[in-house]
Amino acid sequence: MLATYLPILVFILLATGLAGGIIVASLLVAPRAPDKEKLSPYECGFEPFDDARRKFDIRFYLVAILFIIFDLEVAFLFPWAVSLNTTGVAGLLSMLMFLGVLTIGFVYEWKKGALEWH
Amino acid sequence: MFDTPFWISYGLPVVHSGLWSLVIILPLLVAVALLTYVERKVLSAVHLRRGPNVVGPFGLFQPLADGLKMLTKETIIPTNANRLLFLFAPILTFVLSLIAWAVIPFDQGVVLADINVGLLYFFAISSLSVYGIIIAGWASNSKYAFLGALRSAAQMVSYEVSIGFVLVSVLLSVGSLNLSDIVMAQKNLWFVVPHFPLLIIFFVSMLAETKRTPFDLPEGESELVAGYFVEYSALTFGLFFLAEYANLILMSALTAILFLGGWLPPLNIEPFTWVPGPIWLALKTSLFLLLFILVRAAVPRYRYDQLMRLGWKVFLPFSLIWLVGTAIVLVVMGWLPALPAS
Repeated sequence: MLATYLPILVFILLATGLAGGIIVASLLVAPRAPDKEKLSPYECGFEPFDDARRKFDIRFYLVAILFIIFDLEVAFLFPWAVSLNTTGVAGLLSMLMFLGVLTIGFVYEWKKGALEWH
Repeated sequence: MFDTPFWISYGLPVVHSGLWSLVIILPLLVAVALLTYVERKVLSAVHLRRGPNVVGPFGLFQPLADGLKMLTKETIIPTNANRLLFLFAPILTFVLSLIAWAVIPFDQGVVLADINVGLLYFFAISSLSVYGIIIAGWASNSKYAFLGALRSAAQMVSYEVSIGFVLVSVLLSVGSLNLSDIVMAQKNLWFVVPHFPLLIIFFVSMLAETKRTPFDLPEGESELVAGYFVEYSALTFGLFFLAEYANLILMSALTAILFLGGWLPPLNIEPFTWVPGPIWLALKTSLFLLLFILVRAAVPRYRYDQLMRLGWKVFLPFSLIWLVGTAIVLVVMGWLPALPAS
């Protein structure tokens, strides 16, 4: 059972090695001549001022929260979909109820304007 | 009796899967190089230009020359950046774009890891790829990179939801998460026929997931000058670039597997069955890749509110309704697939 996952582990190690190797190779081969201007953050025509990690729009946060809810829902649906032929009508009805509750929440968000971007 | 020595019972499978992985990785990297060449050639044909035609015959060695150039460029790590995270982000992105290939079946039984939760594995890996971008944007400590990372994170998670619902709808019609089972379930009828609207949703969501035009807002070169990887240079940038195109091929291959019957020939009769399965898969994958390129040539960039509206207000409700409809039809008609013998 677990043996079927061994190739994935080996694959991950190989891919990581390859990626690391590529970066190390470029560090070794390429010339390095750093100076202050070159190492300053990119800015369009003027000296960069203050830190880049600033306040950002709350809506990005809102989208992330919405995503968690719906992604969890998808995670619930995966095992349900595989086993629907054993759970049958009862399985279908209970999932419909679950989806119904989520849909009410979704409609509420929609009406509240949580999905609007201006 | 002797027990099998430790290094044989553990060493051999490791070596075997290592070689297998190389058999996937190396052609994949060649395919990526070829894809960048084909993309430039097709785009130039659309623009009535010649495209790359200097390096090698028909400019075929252009990707090699590009790679060599990148190798000899200086790796710049900005002073304000978190050095470790800054170097970790491209590695993560690159690795994630490769390892999903471990579960892609190329033919009956030809798959690196034939795990029974293949589709879930794919979904998990593609969710993780958001991290590479967030880390890159954060570690760069540059305003453009930060904005780009925010935008792409919001965009990717938005479309991830509808991708999830599409996957579950396909799953309902198969009854197994194993990608080989998904292909075999299409032996008589490709899912493109019953699930055609899903194919469209899936393809457009793939455009958004891979941040291709018309959804390339995170990179918007005219406003964000490449977004989250603006601070990257040389091969740290190269890894992002490779990852993007490897992801493109992966997404196309997955679309072919989910909707166009993977390695199966279009008709199960004589002349079609002579062609080996991997060729069919490659052909179907190329079809979607060509579509990706043509869309880039033809469609202008979306606005951010349009992007969010499409994801949350069109695709999400539609794929949810389609999912419920599929489930109801399957249960009422008694078409639910039997669990595959395992």
